[in-house]
Amino acid sequence: MAKEKKRKQPPTDASPPPGDKREGRSERKGKKARKEKAEAILPSQIKNKDKRREVHAKLKREKKAQKRALARERGQSARRAEELGEQASERSSNCPRHLLSLQFLVRFGSDCFGCLQPPERQVPRTIENTREPDETVCRPDDQELFAGNDADEFNAVLKQHITPKILITTCRFNSGRGPAFIDELMQVIPNSHYVKRGTYELKKIVEYANNRDFTSLIVVHTNRREPDALLMIGLPDGPTAHFKLSKLVLRKDIKNHGNPTSHKPELVLNNFTTRLGHRVGRMIQSLFPQDPNFRGRRVVTFHNQRDYIFFRHHRYIFETKEKKVASKDKKAKASESKSESEKQVICRLQECGPRFVLKLLTLQHGTFDTKSGEYEWVHKPDMDTSRRRFFL
Amino acid sequence: MSDDVVWHCIRHGHCSFRAKIETGIFCRSPYNATGICNRSSCPLANSRYATIRDHDVIFYLYMKTAERAHLPTKLWESVKLPRNYEKAIEVINKHLEFWPKLLVHKIKQRLTKMTQYRIRMRKLHLKVREKLMTVPRKKTKIDINKEMKAEIAAQIDKCIQTELLERLKNGCYSKIHSYPFDDFDNIVKLDEDHDVHVLEDEEENKIEYIEADEIETEMDDMEDFEGLLKGQKRYFNIRNKFFLFAGYTDTDLDHLVDEQVAKKQKRAQIGRRSTKVMSEGTFSFHNNHS
Repeated sequence: MAKEKKRKQPPTDASPPPGDKREGRSERKGKKARKEKAEAILPSQIKNKDKRREVHAKLKREKKAQKRALARERGQSARRAEELGEQASERSSNCPRHLLSLQFLVRFGSDCFGCLQPPERQVPRTIENTREPDETVCRPDDQELFAGNDADEFNAVLKQHITPKILITTCRFNSGRGPAFIDELMQVIPNSHYVKRGTYELKKIVEYANNRDFTSLIVVHTNRREPDALLMIGLPDGPTAHFKLSKLVLRKDIKNHGNPTSHKPELVLNNFTTRLGHRVGRMIQSLFPQDPNFRGRRVVTFHNQRDYIFFRHHRYIFETKEKKVASKDKKAKASESKSESEKQVICRLQECGPRFVLKLLTLQHGTFDTKSGEYEWVHKPDMDTSRRRFFL
Repeated sequence: MSDDVVWHCIRHGHCSFRAKIETGIFCRSPYNATGICNRSSCPLANSRYATIRDHDVIFYLYMKTAERAHLPTKLWESVKLPRNYEKAIEVINKHLEFWPKLLVHKIKQRLTKMTQYRIRMRKLHLKVREKLMTVPRKKTKIDINKEMKAEIAAQIDKCIQTELLERLKNGCYSKIHSYPFDDFDNIVKLDEDHDVHVLEDEEENKIEYIEADEIETEMDDMEDFEGLLKGQKRYFNIRNKFFLFAGYTDTDLDHLVDEQVAKKQKRAQIGRRSTKVMSEGTFSFHNNHS
């Protein structure tokens, strides 16, 4: 320990060399700096845990501060350049530096001193950007897709020939948060009915539902007093989707929650891009009535991100907001007499109802039949090998 | 070796089949008829012994005699028992006719129990039972982390807001909410005879009654939305969100007289100046627009 401490301290006890004092001092400073750099110790080399932790934390803090400062600078220079954009656009076309490569700009910092145009925005690489290209992604002009849609099981409900009627039930032993979740689900989905499970087999329940003209059956499965799976069965012989349910937050646990009304909700389905995703999206859509009551301002969202489907239930409101665009530049201020106030329309959301996350495990073609069913899609562990490949 | 000697060794020495737990001493030998480690039930310590074992779902009667004690591979003789319980009992009686009654009784008890559990197994097999699937612990952990990261990347609230604003711009809510808002600064509770009140930004906040036609000319920004007040139906375009909302049309005003809406209209305040345009009961529309 003593040794490390000694090494870190600069060699102050060395006597100043004789000769020109001014030169000597600057020389010594240079030498000191170089020596310190050479001796910059990696925290992993320090044997003492407390000390190591301290040094590591300090390093991290410094790095973060540097990063923040850089980001702030970049943002400011971009903003500055945008504000003076019109004047600058002329200049940039003549700017030799700007015509050169981006690397040149990067080396000279975020600002190009020759012109005032904001440097090319470096788009960060995200998993969504670098997602593996999937050939099953739906294209907007795909005739086959439309034909498939017309022929699939949800077509009747989605074209408003039939209003959806949902039967909700549970697994055999329902306890813990199951009943509360089901209550909330019944409030979210209009025209839904709850029936206690008893000890009926699922196939019998499907028959029962078919006899009573239901369009969908939802089974909430509970494990260890927590709902953990959702089975959505389209009727009469529709596909069966098995989802894993997690991160359930009930309405009472959400801060500032709102209470849902009984208006028919709007539906927002985001990011269901591939064919499989499209099918799942349509299945979810078939649970809700297709004639939403916009006055009720209720929106139910199923947002797909990286194969996780996030469910949210909000009440929304549109408002205008005055946004003052004040220019920081002195010249600009002089030219404009007053600051402009832009009116923007914003949308405010108030969350009501439960919040949970679904992940598709299997999609089966017919109604529930594990032994002799035809599976359209099954999640296998070796599908997880690539971090950038998603199926929905 | 004599039975007693063997028993003495087993009881006071080591027996591989013995399983001693707090409720008793049990014998794990497959040839034991009762399952308890006893002088009379130990297959090793009795030179004449019999059991019933099942292979697949068929029961076999196994017998051992002192005569074959020197031939270990041929020690146990097996007899297949018929499926029928009564017939099996008769077969046992026939084979074990001159054997000690206690042993025969124990064997018959064993047969009874085995037939009962065979029936139960068959019934259960017909029913559908839940199968427990195990997931490797590491996978669940990885899954949870992925979910968290996906949630952060999703920016759900922002996406929902942008989506709703886009719908507003495209005119899905043409009758109910309107865009842009700045032209509807003051909306007052209207009877069916009154027109929509329109105020512009710079004007004073007086209540001004305007005709429906005038509204169109004053709202220059709303060029794109020519059909907005004319009561045309607007169909939501199929956009890059993949035509999932194909069913949305304008709601017909006539249907919208819910109880709830009526209640909300009662609550609206007349002549109140508010920056919030969208308060809950403050819009009813010119009937000509429908």
